[in-house]
Amino acid sequence: MAAPITAIGAPAQDADVAHQRIAFVIMVAILVAAPFVVYPVFLMKALCFALFACAFNLLIGFGGLLSFGHAMFLGTAGYACAHAAKVWGFPPEFAILYGTAASALLGVVTGLLAIRRQGIYFAMITLALAQMLYFFYLQTPFTHGEDGIQAVPRGKLFGLIDLSSVLAMYFFVLAVFLAGFLLIYRVIHSPFGQVLKAIRENEPRAISLGYRADQYKLLAFVLSATLAGLAGSTKALVFQLASLTDVHWTMSGEVVLMTLLGGLGTVFGPVVGAFVIVTMENYLSELGQWVTITQGVIFVACVLAFRRGIIGELGHWLKKSL
Amino acid sequence: MDAIFGVPTQALFGQLLIGLINGSFYALLSLGLAVIFGLLNIINFAHGAQYMMGAFCAYYLLNTLGLGYWWSLLLVPVIVGLIGMLIERTMLKPLYKLDHLYGLLLTFGLALIIQGLFRHQYGSSGLPYPIPTQLSGGQSLGFMFLPNYRAWVIVASLLVCIATWFVIERTKLGSYLRAATENPALVQAFGINVPRMITLTYGFGVALAGFGGVMAAPIYQVNPIMGADLIIVVFAVVVIGGMGSIMGSIVTGFALGVIEGLTKVFYPEASNTVIFIVMAIVLLIKPAGLFGTQR
Repeated sequence: MAAPITAIGAPAQDADVAHQRIAFVIMVAILVAAPFVVYPVFLMKALCFALFACAFNLLIGFGGLLSFGHAMFLGTAGYACAHAAKVWGFPPEFAILYGTAASALLGVVTGLLAIRRQGIYFAMITLALAQMLYFFYLQTPFTHGEDGIQAVPRGKLFGLIDLSSVLAMYFFVLAVFLAGFLLIYRVIHSPFGQVLKAIRENEPRAISLGYRADQYKLLAFVLSATLAGLAGSTKALVFQLASLTDVHWTMSGEVVLMTLLGGLGTVFGPVVGAFVIVTMENYLSELGQWVTITQGVIFVACVLAFRRGIIGELGHWLKKSL
Repeated sequence: MDAIFGVPTQALFGQLLIGLINGSFYALLSLGLAVIFGLLNIINFAHGAQYMMGAFCAYYLLNTLGLGYWWSLLLVPVIVGLIGMLIERTMLKPLYKLDHLYGLLLTFGLALIIQGLFRHQYGSSGLPYPIPTQLSGGQSLGFMFLPNYRAWVIVASLLVCIATWFVIERTKLGSYLRAATENPALVQAFGINVPRMITLTYGFGVALAGFGGVMAAPIYQVNPIMGADLIIVVFAVVVIGGMGSIMGSIVTGFALGVIEGLTKVFYPEASNTVIFIVMAIVLLIKPAGLFGTQR
């Protein structure tokens, strides 16, 4: 009985890649044209969150690890990048690299702790570690507490391109997003990604086949943290601000929501989810607590009736994996 | 004896008392989480929101029906527990056959909704709740002043915790519960209504949170976000203790409250983070938690 499954499975994967490429081209076309139609700062915000959600999705969708503390990577990178750009006068490319590296390092430390437990405990541990960092950033002087690091200079990219122009900044953010997205896409379709999926499906079996599950999980965790850090650094430059909001647990919840709404374990889901949630927050922002309530309602609706998410349902309907 | 390690005894015992009070709430809440997790395999993220609902419920009872603290202590756990059972019946039940993480996501969504609604109504400032007259005032113990209500909180939560432990570990009802935790299908085959038991268990865990809320109302103000940050600390307590043992969660809850209180005396900067640091150390040494078994 196993033969037909592999027979269907192998060509289907090539077909998947083919139409995922088409979808990718469509996405790039939309994103290139978008700033001439839609307010670019809004798009940049959505792109940063899209990259953040994609990084998070790498862990939950392909590694089966639900991190409830991913805001710590977004926020840490934001603080590191903002501090480097403002206080040390780093050019933007190095400030972003520095922020991303800080996140990667944090990913190694927290990952080593968190992967010691699975499932629900993993979620609670990441949440608790993120809360610890929140209190740390609240008290430590360089973050300026409630004010955050404000007026971060965007600087000149490679000493040539002035990022204070909105369109230059937009296309830089788009380039960062696409680089991150393609890296994640490559990882998912690499042998590493396949082993990760195998571990998600049946960890003891993967171990008995000789894979060191812990190393794979740690690497996935660090990779996810690094890319979340890339998103956080970029976001700090876009808004010229690094604040406590980005380290708070509500932010960790938001990225879970974006990914869940877009579709856990889909390639394009987190991007769509991020755009939907950021749009929703934009429209509801004047209504105060209704943002939180709506988020909660979406959570409940997704879990009860809509577990595949937007892109997952679309893919199911088209009988293709997107 | 005015100072220990250079710290005035007044301050030391004062913080120790605050630590014990916080520990009472950690113990009550982590006990509720452990009871729910044992049978449902779900981490109840809405536990903090349900604790907050308990406090608000007491506030409503006092200000609309004129029912005081003691009535609240009796009625609120029942009311909040019933709401919990309704949630279990309508929303959690369809999720049992799925990955346990969906239960976490659902209850997280519920927590956002509940907290959002209360904040919409009351903002984030606290509402006052009076200490019952029978428990106002305090005792002078010579080395410190002990307010009666605070002493009552510690004693009452300790009693409730121990009673819960007794019911689960030492009675026939508890033995059914433990059996259903091990093998629900077999227990069902013996003619015990396991789905009803699951509903009642969830209701009981939530009722413990509601009870905690009533106890907390006179100490902390009644506030829509009083449970939001607390629940994260309680998660850390649960990771430290491990959810395998009822007594474990009680002991860990009180112990961590005391550790937090002592940190406030000796190194105040770390008082917010000490529980998380303890969690990290425990994970390094004993990943399953102090009283837990790896599963």
